Amino acid sequence: MARFSRSERLWAVLLAVSALMVVLAHQMPVLRGFPTALTLPLSEALNAVITPVFEALRPIGRLLSTMIEAPLAAIRAGLAWAPWPATVLGLAMLALYAGGRRLAVFALLALGVVALMGYWPKAMNTLALVLISVPLAVGIGFALGALGHLVPKARAGLIFLLDVMQTWPAFGYLIPLLLMFGFGPAAGLAASVIFSIPPMVRNTMLGLDEVPPAIVESALMAGARPGQLFWQAKVPVAMPQLMVGVNQTTMASLSMVIIIAIIGGFNDIGWEVLSAMRAAELGRSLGAGLVIVLIAVLLDRITRGFAGRRRGVAPRWLGPGLMAALVLALLLPGEALLPDEEGQRWLRRLDAWLLGFVAWSAPVFAVLRNAITYGVMLPMRLGFSGAASPMVWGFALSAPVTLTYIAVSLGGVVALGCRAPWRGIGFGFAALVFWTGLPGFPWPGVFLLMGFATWRAGGAGLFALAMGALLLAGVSGLWQPMMQSIYLCAVAVLISFAIGATLGVIAAESDRFSALLRPVSDTLQTMPQFVFLIPALMLFRVGEFTALIAIVLYAVVPPIRYVEHGLRSARADLTEAAVQMGATPWQLLWQVKLPLARGSVRLGLNQTIMAALSMLVIAALVGTRELGQQVYVALSRADAGAGLIAGAVIAAIALVADRLLRAPVA
Amino acid sequence: MVSESIMLSCRALWKVFGPRPGYYFDTSGYRIDPEALVTRLRQEGHIPAVADATFDVRKGEIFVIMGLSGSGKSTLVRCLSRLLDIEHGVLEFEGRDLSRVSGRELTEIRRRKMGMVFQSFGLMPHLTALENVALPLKLQGMARAPREARARKMLELVELASREDALPAQLSGGQQQRVGIARSLAPDPELWFLDEPFSALDPLIRRQMQDEFLRLQRQLKKTIIFITHDIMEACRLADRIALMQGGRIIQIGTPADILLKPADDYVASFTAEVALSRAIRVRDLAQPGAAEGPPVAPEALLETLLADLASGRQRFPVQGQPGQVLEADAVLAVLRRDAGGG
Ligand SMILES: Nc1ncnc2c1ncn2[C@@H]1O[C@H](COP(=O)(O)OP(=O)(O)OP(=O)(O)O)[C@@H](O)[C@H]1O
Ligand SMILES: [Mg+2]
Repeated sequence: MARFSRSERLWAVLLAVSALMVVLAHQMPVLRGFPTALTLPLSEALNAVITPVFEALRPIGRLLSTMIEAPLAAIRAGLAWAPWPATVLGLAMLALYAGGRRLAVFALLALGVVALMGYWPKAMNTLALVLISVPLAVGIGFALGALGHLVPKARAGLIFLLDVMQTWPAFGYLIPLLLMFGFGPAAGLAASVIFSIPPMVRNTMLGLDEVPPAIVESALMAGARPGQLFWQAKVPVAMPQLMVGVNQTTMASLSMVIIIAIIGGFNDIGWEVLSAMRAAELGRSLGAGLVIVLIAVLLDRITRGFAGRRRGVAPRWLGPGLMAALVLALLLPGEALLPDEEGQRWLRRLDAWLLGFVAWSAPVFAVLRNAITYGVMLPMRLGFSGAASPMVWGFALSAPVTLTYIAVSLGGVVALGCRAPWRGIGFGFAALVFWTGLPGFPWPGVFLLMGFATWRAGGAGLFALAMGALLLAGVSGLWQPMMQSIYLCAVAVLISFAIGATLGVIAAESDRFSALLRPVSDTLQTMPQFVFLIPALMLFRVGEFTALIAIVLYAVVPPIRYVEHGLRSARADLTEAAVQMGATPWQLLWQVKLPLARGSVRLGLNQTIMAALSMLVIAALVGTRELGQQVYVALSRADAGAGLIAGAVIAAIALVADRLLRAPVA
Repeated sequence: MVSESIMLSCRALWKVFGPRPGYYFDTSGYRIDPEALVTRLRQEGHIPAVADATFDVRKGEIFVIMGLSGSGKSTLVRCLSRLLDIEHGVLEFEGRDLSRVSGRELTEIRRRKMGMVFQSFGLMPHLTALENVALPLKLQGMARAPREARARKMLELVELASREDALPAQLSGGQQQRVGIARSLAPDPELWFLDEPFSALDPLIRRQMQDEFLRLQRQLKKTIIFITHDIMEACRLADRIALMQGGRIIQIGTPADILLKPADDYVASFTAEVALSRAIRVRDLAQPGAAEGPPVAPEALLETLLADLASGRQRFPVQGQPGQVLEADAVLAVLRRDAGGG
């Protein structure tokens, strides 16, 4: 018999209590969902406060929005005036300067395709939004990062603020922004700036903190005043890291600018995708999606090129190229040059073909959908007790079935628990959750388990955060949507992690596979989240399953990356020692390399969860029943309070999950 | 060449790392036994990195601070240049109380009077060799043309004129350190700090750099505070050596003092490996007397006399110092200690 440690004993008691609750819940409905008697009209109360406050802020908002809109209008006008061949050439020269000849050729081709498909003005509108929001985000982010670097006391608060900014879904605070700025690009821009500041702040702090002490001291000894030390020593030395920040901020900004198109009114490429999807025009939505991908990859490579650039080498073609662009801009007539509807017509013709493909491939994808729906989603949602019905699994939950389930569960707990208590306890919880389904798990049990886990892993602060979020969700009537969010996220993480980790393991073993996989995951990672909806929607139409596919597509990259990295950096002397002891490749993987890569794998899991949660809100656009949908509904009803509450719950879930997974294992 | 006037002087200097170092020194008239305070600091979780350091550095002298890793050398020199604030003690530079000057004055002193070379070079990776050397002048606000002219001259001095456009990453370790030396010399400082400048270099280059350093010093005649953990390097370069252990200075003296009259067993064990004939010079053993024959230079190492000793000479007159002689017996006594393993 294995010996129980203190925390194992506690968890065993919790398991017993939870099991009791699950049994009782069959008799007492009060235990199942958060009682409606306890809900309060929180969102109304919040609205009563928020609406006047943000309307009072409107003069400031209007001032800010005129300040933003003037340069925005100028950039838009400039981009609209310049004939597209000149702009393409100019951007290609920028690419040449940043990343060399190959990038320049890519820029020429990519932008040429955009123009020929007939998306040029819309793409330029999106670019204008990015060109406004990136400098703002970079400027504010740099200032905040410098503050965090120079004033260590401000740092803890700043980091928490950044976490909240990154995890709070933008739709959730869009309504207050709309109240403040009024309808128009300013509100969207503000949301995009808020969302894209954090990477700049983090990279600024990292870069400035990591300036070697010898550099700082040598600058001081050279007689640098504080200002000179900062601008002439620290900032230039941190520049590569700052450029990484610019790159990440640009990508975040692009992603958000496209999503924010949902509020409309700005004829950009995000709006184009949205309206094409609503009209079920597959060709156009694919075309617009391709434009987004091309722009994203181009912006990514250019900004990354600046991060890695060696100073002082200007390519030979740069001068003549820029001159040519200028001459073209002055000689050619502007808008008249745009290609006619040919590209669009071509895309419409694609529609029929795509519809044919979807119809033809439907049986194959139906198998996939049914397998996942009946094999994973329904059991996770309804639990064994719900899924064991003639409608779902084709058999009823009769007494013998129930008894068998209980017997198997108990047997598993005892058998595994004898070898190692942890496994038994884990199996017990899995059996309980599998019985009720995640959303149906008794709510006091959720409070109890979360409270215990957060207290042990993160102390009072994390405990308060988790309990506050659960209470907020319950009291504002969002218990079911919250549990649905957790369930959908859990399924998505399960699938993404299973696929991603497998790919990562293969990539770590095979250089060739790794080389094949890398550009794919690079591209997936630079794509704005919105794009993932397009193929999912095309193949599966609206519904939870489609949302799941979109989330999985987005969240599959982190596990690939981290697992491969962890396995590849497993220390060579240890693996050699294991091989020398006669380990088979399989044993080597499971018993040596994976345990060694544990930290990296955990970080990968963490990143998968974060990616899934952030995609949840966007996936809600294709029809789900969880918090993301609540945020979206609140947005369409202009209900600021409801949006903020649902957003806060999502942010809190993300923060708690992040902290729990980062805490050292008990 | 070492004058009698004092450039830098410190009295009872303390630097402590830990949660609340100020606590132990808040009374102005602290007068307890340093040994006891060090013990107490250690017990209460503090690191006394510099404890009760007292010494003077004379104008034109090469003052070497030596000790094992972690003995507090870097901390001491950072206190002297005020990169770190001291907890207690008096620090005077050319008669001014350095621990009380304002930030602006301190910057001014660093700009005009101090130069420092770092163990890890501390070159700006984004600037070329020339720009790195010109940086202190740029910070002072000197115009581009004169500062680049001056920087070029400094690079010539360290024989790197041909690589002025190279970035630090494109230079070898020895070359980078030469840039660091040129940079620290660019504003023509009076006091020159060198914190283990050659430790990161391999032995051959190190030797070469030491020779170059001595050549430079003969030309420039700076006041130098030089840090090293290498006793051979210390003996080659120093006018005087201060030996540190666990934050305390345990002996100050000329290389010969340290080698021939170690203050305690720790110092003796430190110097045990040194071949005395390669570290002791003629002037260290000279005594009054008269002798015939070709004279020997006062700074000549004993090992250069081996051939003469073998031919049976008993006395050597010391060059330029009438009335001083070197007795062969004294030399033989030293050689015997070498042979006896210390
Ligand atoms: N910033 C700091 N915070 C805390 N302790 C420090 C700090 N800097 C140095 N110390 C401690 O002070 C002691 C002296 O360090 P110092 O760097 O002066 O040693 P050193 O003699 O220069 O060694 P080395 O030859 O390795 O450079 C060491 O115990 C070190 O750990
Ligand atoms: Mg040191």
